[in-house]
Amino acid sequence: MTTVGTRAAAVEPGAAPADGGGTALELRSVTKRFGDVVAVDELSLAVPSGTFFALLGPSGCGKTTTLRMVAGLERPSAGTVCLAGRDVTGAPAHRRPVNTVFQSYALFPHLSVLENVAFGLRRRRARDVRARALEALELVELAHLAQRRPSQLSGGQQQRVALARAVVNRPALLLLDEPLGALDLRLRRQMQVELKAIQAEVGITFVHVTHDQEEAMTMADTVAVMNHGRIEQLGGPADLYEHPRTAFVANFLGQSNLVRGTVVETLDGGRTLGVDVGGARVRVPAHRSVPGARHVLVGVRPEKVRLVAAGDDARGGDNELGPGTVVDTSFAGVSTQYQVRVEGLGTFGVFAQNLGGGSVHAPGSVVRLAWDVPHTFALDGHQEVGAGTLGPGDEP
Amino acid sequence: MSRVRPGAAVVPAFAALGFVFLLVPIAYTVLFSFNDGGKTNLVWRGFTLDAWRNPCGAPRVCSALVGSLQVGLLATLVATALGTLLAVALVRARFRGRGAVNLLVLLPMTTPEVVLGAALVSQFLSLRVPLGFGTVVVAHVMFCLSFVVVAVKARVATLDPALEQAAADLYASPWQTFWRVTFPLLLPGIGAAALLAFSLSFDDFIVTNFTSGGFETFPKFVYVSATRGIPPQANVISSAMFVLALLVVVLVRVASRARRRR
Repeated sequence: MTTVGTRAAAVEPGAAPADGGGTALELRSVTKRFGDVVAVDELSLAVPSGTFFALLGPSGCGKTTTLRMVAGLERPSAGTVCLAGRDVTGAPAHRRPVNTVFQSYALFPHLSVLENVAFGLRRRRARDVRARALEALELVELAHLAQRRPSQLSGGQQQRVALARAVVNRPALLLLDEPLGALDLRLRRQMQVELKAIQAEVGITFVHVTHDQEEAMTMADTVAVMNHGRIEQLGGPADLYEHPRTAFVANFLGQSNLVRGTVVETLDGGRTLGVDVGGARVRVPAHRSVPGARHVLVGVRPEKVRLVAAGDDARGGDNELGPGTVVDTSFAGVSTQYQVRVEGLGTFGVFAQNLGGGSVHAPGSVVRLAWDVPHTFALDGHQEVGAGTLGPGDEP
Repeated sequence: MSRVRPGAAVVPAFAALGFVFLLVPIAYTVLFSFNDGGKTNLVWRGFTLDAWRNPCGAPRVCSALVGSLQVGLLATLVATALGTLLAVALVRARFRGRGAVNLLVLLPMTTPEVVLGAALVSQFLSLRVPLGFGTVVVAHVMFCLSFVVVAVKARVATLDPALEQAAADLYASPWQTFWRVTFPLLLPGIGAAALLAFSLSFDDFIVTNFTSGGFETFPKFVYVSATRGIPPQANVISSAMFVLALLVVVLVRVASRARRRR
């Protein structure tokens, strides 16, 4: 599942071991309780050295608490935290070879930018403190602002200083707690690219906490999707997107159309399942289906679905549902997003790429939904269809 | 809107009256430091610089001042150090009895000073501690502490806990975190608290009168001499203290403005 490219890039002598072979971080059955609330529930994971690892989940899923236990800012109620094979569960924050980029940046307002970056080096009585701090500031292209106070920098610049302040120590593990949360969208996209580039350049293992699924997918080699203090699924971004194993992952990572169905037959010598969905027959590749379940949630991503006008024929051999009625059409530049209501099954989302010349289906049109069989997946039926979708009270 | 309404003049007029009310006693004090007052210094007898030329001219006035300064500095030092630590603990740490400490530390502020003074003197007597410099300092530390805690607590509350966590994350031990991050960031609050403590101590008469025995502070000297006539030297010292305090305030203002512009 964890397909991770080893990235043992240019690491300076004396730097933290990022040999690509070892495990930078390992959590074993880590639990954190706050009173009666279980924030992190028997969580286990391993992060290979030199990789970019993302903890993704909605607010309150325990991702930040997990990060803080790795940093030593929270003590686990149970379980073990290992850094590069060494048990550090009981070690205080200042004795761990780990640095954090805080969500609020937490730059020291009474120190210059340079002294902020030099802080960790000075505490460890490193040599060439000034030169190394300046070098780190050059990495984030802020060397010319070294003498400024943090309050005189923009949000994006403060974010880079916070990154330089952490990276300069060449930690065994760099923790990023929603570091881009306070930036506007454009700057955020730019910083995503830069963070990824810096990670590749310094070769330090990054553990990145975010609730932004796009951020996690564009940056990370491996994403762990968290919910209620547990890991729902762990894997590469494409793997998670194409092969979600729970309704939560299917809905939280991108969008999914999920409908309840019952497995009624096996076809092609067991390689395909025939599923009854509200009277219609849908085929699901067996390897994309939860094994052995009778009641399933049949899923397909909105961009995989095509709208077929009432008069036209779908291609033979595709999965097909409908007819339904277009209830909403919204033009979003690169694509047009439709909501199609199918009696007895619910509302489906469809993203149609704007290739030019394609017909636009106005609200009220009657259409059928069609998609390729290999794009169909089936999940365990004992789940809420809406798990992981945003409720009214959730953050965006 | 340019028409001047008669009501518009009322507020400035009241403000001016308020200032007059506040400042007349000070002006009077300064003025009578130049009075050729002789022993009583109650009526204006003519201008002289005698008292300013020889501020220690009156018997005991300067030894009382030195006593006040010594008590003030020592009490400020102890109260500020203890109060700062207490304030940090009250905001940051979670411990049993925190709520009670929070409440109890304010009690000396709200208790009438005479009661405090009487209670202290009976304590010292029952413990057989001889009254003097030491007992005055202890008493002053006690009532200054509340003010220091309140002032520093306000500052600690504005301090982002992530800053101390960031320091720990960057290999600073708890000791280094305090001196490198917490203390410098609290310094403006601590400085303000120390000034407040010093002025409270320097100014205090009631508690001092109860706990000092034969030891004399400046307020006590003024009170005792009032029956026979306060020498103009007392006015000189009061005026000088006033100017000094004004100077400190102005300097702090200028410095903080310069820092903001930097």
